[in-house]
Amino acid sequence: MAPDRTSLAGTPPSQDIDDVYADPSSGALDVEAVEEPSPERMRELLPALEPERRITDWGRSERIEGLLDRTLVEFFYRYWFRCEVEGIENVPAQGGALLVSNHSGALPPDAAVIARAIREEHPEPRPLHITVEHFFKGYPGFSALIPKIGCVPAHPANVHRLLYDERELVLVFPEGRKGTEKPYSQRYRLRRFGRGGFVEAAARAEAKVVPVCVVGAEEAMPIFAQLNLLKRMTGLLYFPITPTFPWLGPLGMFAYLPAKFRIRFLEPIDPRELSGDGEPDAAHVQTIAQEVRGRIQENLDEMVARRRSVWFG
Amino acid sequence: MSAEATAERTAAAATRRHHARRVLVTGLSTYWGGRLAQALESHPEIEAIVGVDSSEPTRELARTEFVKVGNQHSLIERIVHAAELDTVVDTRLVVNSMTTSPRLAHENNVIGTMNILAACAGPESPVRKFVFKSSALYYGCEQDDPAFFTEEMRRPHSPRTAIERDVVEVEESVSEFTLKRPEVAVTLLRCANVLGPDVQTAHTRMLSLPAVPMVLGFDPRYQFVHEDDVVRALEHAVFHHTPGTYNVAADGVLALSEVIGLLGKRPVPVLPPWGTGALAAPLRRLGLRIPDEMLNLLRFGRGLDNRQLKATGFHYQFTTREAVLRFGEHLRLHPVKRGAEQGYTYEREVEEFLRWSPHVRRERKDDEPLGL
Repeated sequence: MAPDRTSLAGTPPSQDIDDVYADPSSGALDVEAVEEPSPERMRELLPALEPERRITDWGRSERIEGLLDRTLVEFFYRYWFRCEVEGIENVPAQGGALLVSNHSGALPPDAAVIARAIREEHPEPRPLHITVEHFFKGYPGFSALIPKIGCVPAHPANVHRLLYDERELVLVFPEGRKGTEKPYSQRYRLRRFGRGGFVEAAARAEAKVVPVCVVGAEEAMPIFAQLNLLKRMTGLLYFPITPTFPWLGPLGMFAYLPAKFRIRFLEPIDPRELSGDGEPDAAHVQTIAQEVRGRIQENLDEMVARRRSVWFG
Repeated sequence: MSAEATAERTAAAATRRHHARRVLVTGLSTYWGGRLAQALESHPEIEAIVGVDSSEPTRELARTEFVKVGNQHSLIERIVHAAELDTVVDTRLVVNSMTTSPRLAHENNVIGTMNILAACAGPESPVRKFVFKSSALYYGCEQDDPAFFTEEMRRPHSPRTAIERDVVEVEESVSEFTLKRPEVAVTLLRCANVLGPDVQTAHTRMLSLPAVPMVLGFDPRYQFVHEDDVVRALEHAVFHHTPGTYNVAADGVLALSEVIGLLGKRPVPVLPPWGTGALAAPLRRLGLRIPDEMLNLLRFGRGLDNRQLKATGFHYQFTTREAVLRFGEHLRLHPVKRGAEQGYTYEREVEEFLRWSPHVRRERKDDEPLGL
């Protein structure tokens, strides 16, 4: 098919040509600084999701997420873990916010229950974007599934776009893999909070940090040992020995013990305020990261101390 | 505003400026060069369009002057000076390694660009604007990529394939040129994978198969751009003052399974997740031609942030989803229409007669400038 011979650009760009050539003294095509569009303008230019689509630009599938939410997550959240939520009002109803949580369990159930808690308890439920390791994008099976259920690879640019441009809720686990591979004897002892990258991300995106404490996940899937040889052979992040894995095969990864879950959302922290206005420098980032970690640890200790039974709360 | 009024204003604006619009299109015989020249011909304020390429044009052109040049484009400087061309649009980058040998691709991409930049760079060069069509291959495709590449991001890992190495090297020389020649406005367009009824790429070929192969356990995020939108973006860069680098990609990033579903086909996850590269060679013999630079894309996909170009006033006509739907319509219509249309063959004598013979009657208004 021969393409239309008239201009494809439709209406010629008269306005802009006038602007550029308005000054007769300057050469027509002289280089001049082109203005940076404002953040608001950039937000307006974000592509809207077409109503016919059921997968977002991040790869999130309404259908698959909903299916999982109605079945597996519903079962674990309501009946198996009997989740109780405190401080849901600390999750902002709009604007970007970075949720920072402790992380545990070989196949951690904490992200799913936090996302469910916000959907279930919050007066204005919002989707939560869960950051996961790049590893999952490269492992067959996980790679196709993980984005469909609302996970995004933990890249600073992804977090920034979600917080700053799209103004969404993002969940990060600064402990990362160090949190989930730790043995049962180290339960509820927070690991190092990375290099404080989450503070930088929140400050740059002008977003608040909401610390989250999850109690119960450590007992739901205690790790007794790590096998390095099998880890290398399977190419997995780690190869843990739990009460059910690897004895029940891959199914054992979902065989959680029925521990009682408590989730507590703490008061939001504004990294810009803590650093005394503006973006914090490297020293401040570390201090703020320590502060967030300290608050989560303090609350975890208190919650564990008050808990009379692991199974009944 | 009516089209005539707009055209009048544009023409008025055009007469106010110092430089006439005299455009050189390199790669005239490639798909993009031909389409762009056709589009530019419809603008009366463009008074001269010169196209160069090493082979003859594949599209019918009314007033574009074609000059045949060698593969390395080493004599372009003389053409630029002789015709006093103020704008150079470079559309000739090879981005599919299956179309030519790696050596010829390198010759065309790296050496060719070097010579074209040299032609624009001389002390008395009339060139004031340089538009370069590059590719999102610049960003590569890796496991730890961001979900949306923005223009200021550099690729996180060194290039894996020959074509990607070319693209990175070429972009480096273009940005070097930008720094050295501040009086030339350089626009660099990084295009996502293109879909459309006319264009032929490795992706259109793969999506034309009755069942589309996928890598087992992967569902990459894909972003396309409609062929018309690429031509319009090039046109936009010619008519606007847009120095800098811009991603050209339609709104919307789709999962590959979604793309295949929109085309009404079935995905078949037959490619193994490990050793896909080793399998690609025998598959090529069987006719499933997957170029090296596409292998990672089939696993990880790629998303681009397209907002910078939109901020300059550009509007995409098609979203990724619409581009896929259009392509699907073409796939269904194509077998019905095949053979009904005749291709175009360039014949120098005829083209020269039409352009230069005093016997050819030219319909034109008096105030309208004629090509050359």
